[in-house]
Amino acid sequence: MSSPAQWTLTETRDRLASREVSSREVVESVLSAIERRNRELNAYVSVNAEAALEEARAADERRARGEFSPLLGVPIGVKDNIAVRGEPCTCASRILQGYRSPYDSTVAARLRAAGAILLGRLNLDEFAMGSSTETSVYGPVRNPWSAEHVAGGSSGGSAAAVAADLAIAALGSDTGGSIRQPASFCGCVGFKPTYGRVSRYGLVAYASSLDQIGPLTKSVRDAALLLDVIAGRDPRDSTTLDVPGLAAEAALMRVGAADLRGLRIGVPAEYFVAGLDPEVERLTRAALRRATELGAQAVEIRLPHTRYAVAAYYLIATAEASANLARYDGVRYGLRVAADGILDMYGRTRAAGFGLEVKRRIILGTHALSAGYYDQYYLRAQKVRTLIRADFAAAFERCDVIAGPVAPTPAFRLGEHLDDPLKMYLSDVYTVPVNLAGICALSVPVGRTAAGLPVGLQLIGPAMGEPTLLRAALGFERERERPS
Amino acid sequence: MSWTAAIGLEVHVQLRTASKMFCGCPTSFGAPPNTQVCPVCLGLPGAMPVMNLEAIRLTVMTGLLLGCRIATRSRFDRKNYFYPDMPKNYQISQYDQPLCLGGALDIGPAGARRSIRLRRIHLEEDVAKSLHYGNSSGIDFNRAGTPLMEIVTEPDLRTPEEAHEFLTELQRVLEYGRISECNLEEGNIRCDVNVSVRRGEDGALGTKTELKNLNTFRGVHRALAAEIRRQIAVLESGGRIVQETRRWNDAAGVTEPMRTKEEEHDYRYFPEPDLMPIELSAEQIEVWRAELPELPAARRVRFVAQYSLPEYDAGVLTADRGVADFFEATVRICGRPKSVSNWVMTEVLRFLSERGATIGHLPLTPAALAELITAVEEGRVSALAGKEVLADLLERGGSPEDVIRAKGLAQVSDDAAIAEWAAQAIAQHPGPAAEYRAGKAAALQFLIGQVMKLSRGRANPKLAAAELRKRLDAG
Ligand SMILES: [Zn+2]
Repeated sequence: MSSPAQWTLTETRDRLASREVSSREVVESVLSAIERRNRELNAYVSVNAEAALEEARAADERRARGEFSPLLGVPIGVKDNIAVRGEPCTCASRILQGYRSPYDSTVAARLRAAGAILLGRLNLDEFAMGSSTETSVYGPVRNPWSAEHVAGGSSGGSAAAVAADLAIAALGSDTGGSIRQPASFCGCVGFKPTYGRVSRYGLVAYASSLDQIGPLTKSVRDAALLLDVIAGRDPRDSTTLDVPGLAAEAALMRVGAADLRGLRIGVPAEYFVAGLDPEVERLTRAALRRATELGAQAVEIRLPHTRYAVAAYYLIATAEASANLARYDGVRYGLRVAADGILDMYGRTRAAGFGLEVKRRIILGTHALSAGYYDQYYLRAQKVRTLIRADFAAAFERCDVIAGPVAPTPAFRLGEHLDDPLKMYLSDVYTVPVNLAGICALSVPVGRTAAGLPVGLQLIGPAMGEPTLLRAALGFERERERPS
Repeated sequence: MSWTAAIGLEVHVQLRTASKMFCGCPTSFGAPPNTQVCPVCLGLPGAMPVMNLEAIRLTVMTGLLLGCRIATRSRFDRKNYFYPDMPKNYQISQYDQPLCLGGALDIGPAGARRSIRLRRIHLEEDVAKSLHYGNSSGIDFNRAGTPLMEIVTEPDLRTPEEAHEFLTELQRVLEYGRISECNLEEGNIRCDVNVSVRRGEDGALGTKTELKNLNTFRGVHRALAAEIRRQIAVLESGGRIVQETRRWNDAAGVTEPMRTKEEEHDYRYFPEPDLMPIELSAEQIEVWRAELPELPAARRVRFVAQYSLPEYDAGVLTADRGVADFFEATVRICGRPKSVSNWVMTEVLRFLSERGATIGHLPLTPAALAELITAVEEGRVSALAGKEVLADLLERGGSPEDVIRAKGLAQVSDDAAIAEWAAQAIAQHPGPAAEYRAGKAAALQFLIGQVMKLSRGRANPKLAAAELRKRLDAG
């Protein structure tokens, strides 16, 4: 029998329910996997081993009493920008060193209510700003398949932990691809739900109109299960949607595994252009071919405003970030650098507390909102956003899901893009349009490059299209591969 | 040509809501520092605002009371600036899509009323309060996130007196509408003013200056008077007014420069992504319109028409919504509006002003006052004794009949007792008695007064007069 840390979420849940294994054994297995590999991967920034073991013991007692809840005693990792009561919530930033959240995010509360054990905090790019987890104050996350390569970002810790069996499943956040891109780079499933599907209450805001929490898992079914637990209307987040519960996992149960008959898959010409790595293109097209063999129908579609998406995204995201990050000023919590007078204290604290990329984005966003520039930057970006939304609406008239690459390349080398922020930004070209449109998308592994690096396929669904998207993903899902 | 000032006001009003603008924390005043706070109003990482619908309703009610157009779609924006009292370093406010637009408030004496136009009314959140000690500062976040309504006028006011009157009238409207507690000591109403002067009544407005954070109406008046004097002096000596924000130094009685236009913040407003736009249906607005209270001016007119009260009485009674409500409740029970008006305007209002109390906190009920007035009108108790009874009711409440009985103040119509008091009065005051007999009828009033005094107000004055006349005419 494989060790519990290697199991999928649904598998773990089922084996716990049938008393084949105890929560204690599962948690111990995950903790020992962390013990073995986290030093090298740098996926977790903190692990609460004792509390996790204590909660596992309590979960086993509850199960012995006949209690049942969907994730009773299952350890889950949480990205370090999602608040969990009593735990650090540093966003991988120096400015939040020492800060512990006095309250639970809504997703943390829902996971707890479902019986989950929130055993550790996962590494990320500072304030989720980055595509490689290299801007973290804790240092970069290594790709489990190759130590010289990045894990992607910003949810690099979540993706690496799940792919390397250091977590049964994890939560990440996706503002411009931060779940899907690291999932593609590390070889796991990453799901970015429809904007408003999952509460953002307790997610430390980067760009509020784009941020969304979602699962990173070892299988499509796992993503469905975790989504079922965390999704739903939240009175604390007025941007959540008042729609019926998902029951996504149950819906998947009713679908035969690799059955894509009747599914219309839109293939956008704009997602297969210069700059796309030949191996990524080959794996993506191969997956599409296989899908048509399983009964799906490929439809050529156009998303003409794709080329403006990165610019629009970096204006809107940084504008919102410039306000969202204003609260880190040394007055109430986190880092404070003593100085003469309040303005000086603000300046010194923020200079010492924020990393280069965060400063770059705050300055960019501040500029985009400044008097005299607002119309030509922020407002124009909002117009592009409307056009991109319209692109997708028109496309979904002709197809059920859209398929394409997640990122133009597989995982790149550590440090490769660090000196060239523009190149890093441009690598978000296939993921940011989804956030701008507020729709849902996922990354599902479809193969590996000659060098052995995983490549994911991106599937994009319309708003509220999660059930269709998951069903389609099931058709593309291959047998799970593990890094050695 | 003489100078004319053009004054505009920005009035910040704390709304009467139980909870804060974007969280469930209470808004009550005076709690120990930082005991009415939560992740939202502290601006902790990850916390999100949720709109307080009661604050929206109160702002719309204000707009309806002041004749504004209510926006069926409006939204919140972020106003960005760094300030230690502001937990997020941005304030959630409304920029270009406020809840209410236009409207007006009339001021000035009857016959010469003037309409002061409003530009807009919007909603925002209040900041925290800094407390400064010897060499450190503390911040109390209890107030942070309290709903604040901002009413912005056009520069239609011409004198500090008009500004003061506008604020007083506005306060009355806000009290009438139950919009705000309007407690000035607790900072419920705060003002920014802008003012410019120009020669004559017409022509373009002069360059304006702004005065921030005036917390009393008197302060507004004094600061405006000083600033207008300063501007005129500058211009008359050939100088130029610089557009700037100035601070009012109350102790010195002068305004001082604070920052010039170039130093103004760029607030970098943009739509608040954590909140959905506010959408109000026409039906919803009509439901709220139906709940509007009658405003003082309309009520004054109605009081004259419906109760045949003099203008003066109607004005006094309707100045305070609680007093007007009390008056009407009393009249509904006992009729006699003019009597009720007299009792309320003299005894009740005097008591309130002596105690600095409001009518809502009195133990006296409209039912008790109605019963007392009926007793006086029916002669069961004299007017003088009635006042003594009322004094008791104002202090302790209860039923007038009980007080009359307990104090033995029921009017005495017993012939023997009145005859006794009449005889005593004549015996003690032979002078006036002689004057009456000599034909000076007025002397009788003095003697009636003496009978009332001897009876401690209980004697029936008509019977007393008859008895005195009988005795004096006979003797
Ligand atoms: Zn609060």
